[in-house]
Parts: sequence; structure tokens; C-alpha cells
Amino acid sequence: MDALLVQLMPQQVILSNNCTNNIQTRIHKHRSQTEALLRPFHGASSVVTSSNHGGFYNRPFLESYEETPMLVAVLTYMGYGVLTVFGYLRDFLRHWKIEKCHIAREREEQKDFVPLYQDFENFYTRNLYMRIRDNWNRPICSVPGAKMDLMERVSHDYNWTFEHTGRVVKDVINLGSYNYLGFAENTGVCADAAAEVAMTYGVGLASTRQEIGNLDKHEEMEKLVAEFLGVESAMVFGMGFATNSMNIPALSGKGCLILSDELNHASLVLGARLSCSTVRVFKHNNMQSLEKLLREAIVHGQPRTHRPWKKILIVVEGIYSMEGSIVRLPEIVALKKRYRAYLYLDEAHSIGALGRRGRGVVDYFGLDPGDVDVLMGTFTKSFGAAGGYIAGRKELIDFLRSNSHSAVYATSMSPPVVEQIITSMKCIMGEDGTTIGSDRVRQLEENTVYFRKKLREMGFIIYGNNDSPVVPMMLYMPAKIGAFGREMLKRNIGVVVVGFPATPIIESRARFCISAAHSKDMLDRALSAIGEVGDLLQLKYSRHRQPASSARPFDHLYEDIDG
Amino acid sequence: METAPAYHLILEGILILWIIRLLFSKTYKLPETYKLTEKEKEDLIEEWQPEPLVPPVSKEHPAITYDVVTGPPSHKIIINGKECVNFASFNFLGLLDNERVKEKALASLKKYGVGTCGPRGFYGTFDVHLELESRLAAFMKTEEAIIYSYGFATIASAIPAYSKRGDIIFVDEAACFSIQKGLQASRSFIKYFKHNDMEDLERLLKEQELEDQKNPRKARVTRKFIVVEGLYMNTSDVCPLPDLVKLKYKYKVRIFLEESLSFGVLGEHGKGVTEHFGVNMDDIDLISANMENAVASIGGFCCGRSFVIDHQRLSGQGYCFSASLPPMLAAAAIEALNIMEEDPDIFTVLRKKCEHVYSALQGIPSLKVVGVSFAPALHLQLERGSGSRVTDLQRLRSVVDYCLDRNVALTVARYLEKEERFLPPPRLQA
Repeated sequence: MDALLVQLMPQQVILSNNCTNNIQTRIHKHRSQTEALLRPFHGASSVVTSSNHGGFYNRPFLESYEETPMLVAVLTYMGYGVLTVFGYLRDFLRHWKIEKCHIAREREEQKDFVPLYQDFENFYTRNLYMRIRDNWNRPICSVPGAKMDLMERVSHDYNWTFEHTGRVVKDVINLGSYNYLGFAENTGVCADAAAEVAMTYGVGLASTRQEIGNLDKHEEMEKLVAEFLGVESAMVFGMGFATNSMNIPALSGKGCLILSDELNHASLVLGARLSCSTVRVFKHNNMQSLEKLLREAIVHGQPRTHRPWKKILIVVEGIYSMEGSIVRLPEIVALKKRYRAYLYLDEAHSIGALGRRGRGVVDYFGLDPGDVDVLMGTFTKSFGAAGGYIAGRKELIDFLRSNSHSAVYATSMSPPVVEQIITSMKCIMGEDGTTIGSDRVRQLEENTVYFRKKLREMGFIIYGNNDSPVVPMMLYMPAKIGAFGREMLKRNIGVVVVGFPATPIIESRARFCISAAHSKDMLDRALSAIGEVGDLLQLKYSRHRQPASSARPFDHLYEDIDG
Repeated sequence: METAPAYHLILEGILILWIIRLLFSKTYKLPETYKLTEKEKEDLIEEWQPEPLVPPVSKEHPAITYDVVTGPPSHKIIINGKECVNFASFNFLGLLDNERVKEKALASLKKYGVGTCGPRGFYGTFDVHLELESRLAAFMKTEEAIIYSYGFATIASAIPAYSKRGDIIFVDEAACFSIQKGLQASRSFIKYFKHNDMEDLERLLKEQELEDQKNPRKARVTRKFIVVEGLYMNTSDVCPLPDLVKLKYKYKVRIFLEESLSFGVLGEHGKGVTEHFGVNMDDIDLISANMENAVASIGGFCCGRSFVIDHQRLSGQGYCFSASLPPMLAAAAIEALNIMEEDPDIFTVLRKKCEHVYSALQGIPSLKVVGVSFAPALHLQLERGSGSRVTDLQRLRSVVDYCLDRNVALTVARYLEKEERFLPPPRLQA
């Protein structure tokens, strides 16, 4: 595979971040566990990859996925093995009533019904998830901004039940909420405008868009969204998840082909399934795999009948939230034009967070928004509201207005939420007369680069693109998942840890979401805590520790960005 | 030389004969996968023309231009610049414009901001969510409740969490669209029974029982569910719940009840169709409702026993993979619940008004009222359809326009024609 890739990329440009070693530029992806094990342990496995395929990219595209060290992989498997053995032991004890059973039980009258859950389905939940359950669903009682207040919880029976002590842990640094531009605030222009609208319009709407739920505010918001993205028109829905699952079936049906990325979000997968089209999956961010599938599809047509496909829809995301990777949009657009497919881009995490003007991944690469057929995104992350949108040509939006499931059956968005979106979008665009928006976009970019650089210098394995504000840090071993979350909370920092099944089983990670609201001081505090915990838990797996550079951190980057 | 035992020789003889047969039998050729040359492939790629992404929509399609509402949607509503009496929103208890609800929402906004910036698992759980869940559970007298941020997604995520490929679901034909999407996502076997027809359902259940007896091993792992609505959105009548409970215990199927229209409407205290019929809450496995009708907020919830509801916290797709409900809307829902608990008279008032409207609408020439007398959402259907859906819709639209001119707001009930399984005839919704 490596030879093939080298062949297809004749103009490789070797870029390095102040590193003097010879770094080979091979793209290493270690998706499957067997690959990781079988590959021999060698010191200089590749880290940084950059590509400049025939001039598609006008700025360096640096991403890295360091290979799992073999020793770590073996230990991780052993850890899961031990946990499984203990899991069986506990199940056995519970079955024979030696151990008290905390699990909820079926009603007496319904004992002879077919059981609602298979025992084995919940094995993982009962025995592994329960042990570290206190790292998730942590209730907060303040704005989810850069700092938040957590409600203290204790468990006296090993996480089966929780009690709130009534105390509040104040000023926990929030590295978990999707608050990229810092609009999650309860003071300021946005909150005031939303409050006013809540008092005049009320909170609920009790009707669908097509019937009587279409306020003038909705129309204003849709025009604004279209202007923000640079397209003809847009349509807005009440929930981001539902936007995908209800509109993909409207766009593609039987006889169509959907090519979706391996790591697409559950909403995209559900939408593709509900649409009854054929779905084929290509390797994550891998353009050769996508091209191969496209060619095969067009040449051979539908399976068995060989009729030509009605249309082909490529479904990708802007930033993948578990990997931190950015989609290779210029190459996909080139492929799409060549093979006449349609592109559906889900910018849930990247809208507002990427690009010099905050307009998302299309702006980041400097492309024309008209090239992407369907631009989809959510307002939950960068705008501090809720809901999703779809934008594109006028014909597309007209079609969706009449045929989308959401417009016909689901209630329209609540007015104060609409107002929050309008105000925050105007702020980012600069139309409210201040530079708050562009300041925040720039701050986010600086924070991201700084944070990633420091983590890499400390020796952690970080995945993803250098510019993405989603930073996954590898933990690998199951015990460290729980330990990391708890240790960070002790130091007053709230992080998100993820394990199986959201990630492959040995690649559990901690995921940091950088926000424009984080000051440098907060980031430094977080970094020192992470460094401490990293030493305590031995998390510094990386074999490419880069020396801390003495040069100012952002000089070389700003040279490359187009003026 | 030893003499080999007899069976040895026989076995070897058989083997030799088999080899000879294999050598001489016709080889089985796989169907020829033709190999195309590169040039042929390029030609095919050049020639292929896809359909346009979306088919063109005619300008006269009624759904392209929406009626624009300015100002708050309450009892009086301003549509397209005209103030009308609002007979078109699902604002059953009149809470859309309630000052207390708005005050609470405002207070919550000042404390938490607007959005939650995360799903429930990652710092998106607020104390208001926990409070709302415990209040709903207490109100409905169940063990636990779970909140979703979108009404449509509630039942559409709940059904696939329990029912997987291979399970069997019995559904009423008049089930609403979100139930249909939930069924489609679950990939189970769906069996429709005629609307509110218990004999039809019993017939299907008996057939299933016979099947089970033929294959008891499979039957032991096949789960069976009945999904019904309390007050049907498409036909405005109630399901016969006591009969359903009897069937449940007789044939050992679980019941999922969808109470979007009946929560906060039916029953002495607004607890829905279980209170209306006096059925024990524990007999229903899962009750799901959305808070967008009577409760005048946004979102939905499911309630039931912990054994059932807790499963959704890890496997309900609309719960785990989606941002949580904005705390402002949760606070509004809590206040609406407070109002409902303090003042149970509003339900009797609502019922009286429904009966009044129902009797007043009888006897309109060529329009038939569909629905029970105490339903707050009624359908007016043309007595004699002209056979063509489009002309019927146009006639209804002219009725709506006539009413709008006289300052009464009604609406044509909207359905997605190609997607609904059993398409109801065109009608108005009031």
C-alpha cells in the first residue's frame, strides 16, 4: 500500500516543524489491531505527513496518526482479557446470589415474557462500563463556558447508584464542551437578544413549519445562514441529528449509491440506512479508496442488474470528532467533478471553528461553496444554540421545503434559540459592528496550535490535523480511561474520555475541545495538569518527542497562509 | 507382506472411484466476470449521466411558500399580516403565552445561556434536566423518565433501542410518521392491524402463536411488541387500552404507548390515556410523549420502569449522539408541569370546550368531522372526495383561505405523499 501511495504522489513536499531528523513521509494508518501487532517495532515510525497533490492545497496539510507501540497494544489486550475474566466471575457470583445484584429486574408478572435484553448484549455495560461510569454524564449547574460548576456526586456501591452531596465544585476548566467560539454565555448581546425574544414570542411553537409554525424570525435566520455560507438559500431544522436522518432519505432513495466515510457519525449512518439506498464505505479520508469505489460503481452499475446508478452521493464530515482529522476537501471536490457525483458535507464541528472568517472547512481550504452540493451543519457547537441547517442551491432547498420529513411532521425551532443563532452569526460575520467575531476566530486558531504543539512536545500521542480544535490524546489501556478522568477532576479540570464502542477497542482516548474562551493561562494550567497526570499514569507514549522550540510559535505558519 | 483388513481396501477403493469421478465430471465454471479494458472503463465513466440531485418542484406546489407568522403564536395569531383566532396550533392548554412559563425560561436563560454545547454524556447534563426527569417520573407515577431534545426523535429512537432484526412489532395502521421511521430504523418484522380493530390484532397474534409453536427455540428469543398511540394524530380517536392490556397478558407481548396528543389532555389530572381508562401504569412497558403539544415546550420524553428506560441511556440514538435539550426549554416544561399539577380544572375546561366545538361543527354540509368528541385536534374531511387528491387539496385550501379572510386560522393537514404507508385522505386540521 505504501508503494502505491508513493507512486501516486510524485510531488511530495517534506515539511517539518523545526525538526532536524529525517522524517519519512509515509502515511501510516493503523486502523486494524492486527496491523498494529504485526508491524515490527521500529523506532522511527512515521509521524508527520503532508501532501501537496498536484497543487490542490494552498496551505500545508499536516496530520499525524502515530502507530500504537507494540508493548502498549499487548498490555491493552491483556487488560481487557483480565477484565473479561473478572466479568464472567462476577456474573457467576450474581447468578448464584453470592453477590448482591444491583441490576434492575423485570416485573414479577412479566417473568415469563420473552426477555427484553439478551444477557450477553449487556456484558460490556455491566462489567466494564459500570466500573468507570462516573466519568460520564457529569451534571453541571452553570453555563458550559470555559469554566463551569460541577455538581458533586458520590457512589457508595461502586457506581451502580449516585448521590448528589449538594456541594458544587466551582470553576472547573471545561475541556469537554463543544464551545469552539465561546458563545455559550449568559451575558452579552446574544443572551440579551434571546431573552427579549423569549418574552415576546414565548418559548414553544406547537406546530410544524408547513402548517403554522413558520415565524418571520425563521425566514430571517435562513436568509442569514445562506449569506454566511455564501450560497443561495438555506433551511433550518430543530435538531442536528434529525437533520441528517430526515434529509438524506429525501435526497437519495432506491437505485442510488451512497459512499460514506468509515468514521461517519451515527446520524449520517442512520440517514443512509433509512434512505434504502446502497451504502458503500471507503477508508477514512483515503482518496484512493474513494476513487476506486467511484470507478467500480460507475463501470459496473447496480449489483446484479448492472443498471446504471441514478445518482451517487458522497457523504463526508468536515472535522471528525473522534479522530480530530479534517476532510481532504479539495481532492474530494476534484473527484466529484470528474465522476459527476454529488457531495454532502456535514460540518457539525467545523462550521465556525475553521477558516479565517469562521465559515467552515470550505473557507479553510479557500474553495467555492458552490462546489459542494449539500452543505449541512449544526448550531450546537460554535453558535451556542441548538439545531441544524442544510444549505445549497435554491432548487435543493425548495425541494426540501416540500419533501423533508422534518418540515412536515416535526415542530419548528423555538424562538429564543433562533434569536441566539441570528445574533451569534451576525457577530461572527462582523455585522454587529464589532470585531468580537473575528477576534474569537483568531483566538481559537492560536489556542489550537499552541495546545497541540505543547502536548506533542510533552510526549503524548495526539491524533488529527494540526489545525483542528478537537484534540484526541491516546490512552489505550482500559484502566487508564477511568484513572485519567478522575485524576483530572481532582485537579479541577473536566475532560472527556472515550472508549469502546465509540472507538476501536484498543484505541481509547481522551478528547479535548479547545475554545476561544480559554485564555492562555487556563491552557497553561490545563497543560501542566495533563503533564502531571501523564507522568503519574505513564501516558507519554510518543517516540518522537520534539524539543521545545525557542522560536516564537506562530511565525512560520503565518508565512504560508494566503494573504 | 501384511494383508490389510477388509474395510481398508474397501475405503481405498471408494476413494479411488471418487477421484476418477472428480477428474471426469464437468467443471463448474463461475459466471464469466467480464474483464473490461481501461479504455472501455473510461468510456463508461464519460458516458454516465446522473439524475439531477433533486427533481424540480413546480412553483404551484402548496408547500413551497409557507404562511408567515409574525408575533407570538397564541390564541390570536397574525398570519400573513392578518390577525386570526388560532385553531391551528397544538396549543391545547394555552400555555404558549403563559407569563409564568416565560419568566421561568428567562431566569434559566440568565443562568445557563441558550445552548448546552454537548450531548448528555459529555457535560451536557444540567441539573434542570435531572429535575425535569424526576418531575415527569413523579407526575406519571413511574420509576424513571428520560428526555429527548426533539419530539420527532423520541419514539423514533426508542423503538430501535429495544426491537432489533428478527423481532416482531404489531402496529396500528394509523400510526404517525415518527413511529413509522422508528419501525424502519429497527429492521424488525412489522405487522399492521386495522385501525382500532382488536379482532384483527388478535387474529395476527394467534397466527404468530401458531408460528411460535412450530419453532419454540426461535420463539424464545423473538421479542414481540405492540405500538399504539393514545390519541391518534391521523384519526383523532383513542385506542382501546384495557383490551390491549388483556391481549398483552394473554399473548405475552409488550406494549409501547405513544401519548403525544393525549399527554396533558386526557384523564382527570392530565396523565393521559392510562388515567382516562383507569389502567395501571405498570402494565404499560413504555410511555413516550412529546412536550410540544400540551406542555408547550420543545422535546420529548419516555417514562416507565427503570428496567426499561435505563437501557435507552446507552442505546437510544437520539439521546446519546445528540446535544441535550436547551435548559431554558426544560425549565419551561417544569413550570408547565407545575401549572398542570396545581390546577387540574384546566383539563375539564378543555374537555368541555372540545365537546362544544365538536357539536357545533356537526352538520356542516359536505364536511365530515373525524374524531372523538373530547379530542382537542379534529379533522374535517370532505364527505365526497372527487377522486383526485390534488383537487381535494385545492378545495380544502380554498376553504382555509376563506376562513383566513374571516380571521379564523385553520390548516390543511400535511402529509408526505410518497412516504406514508397508509395515506389518510385529504383533510383539514383544527
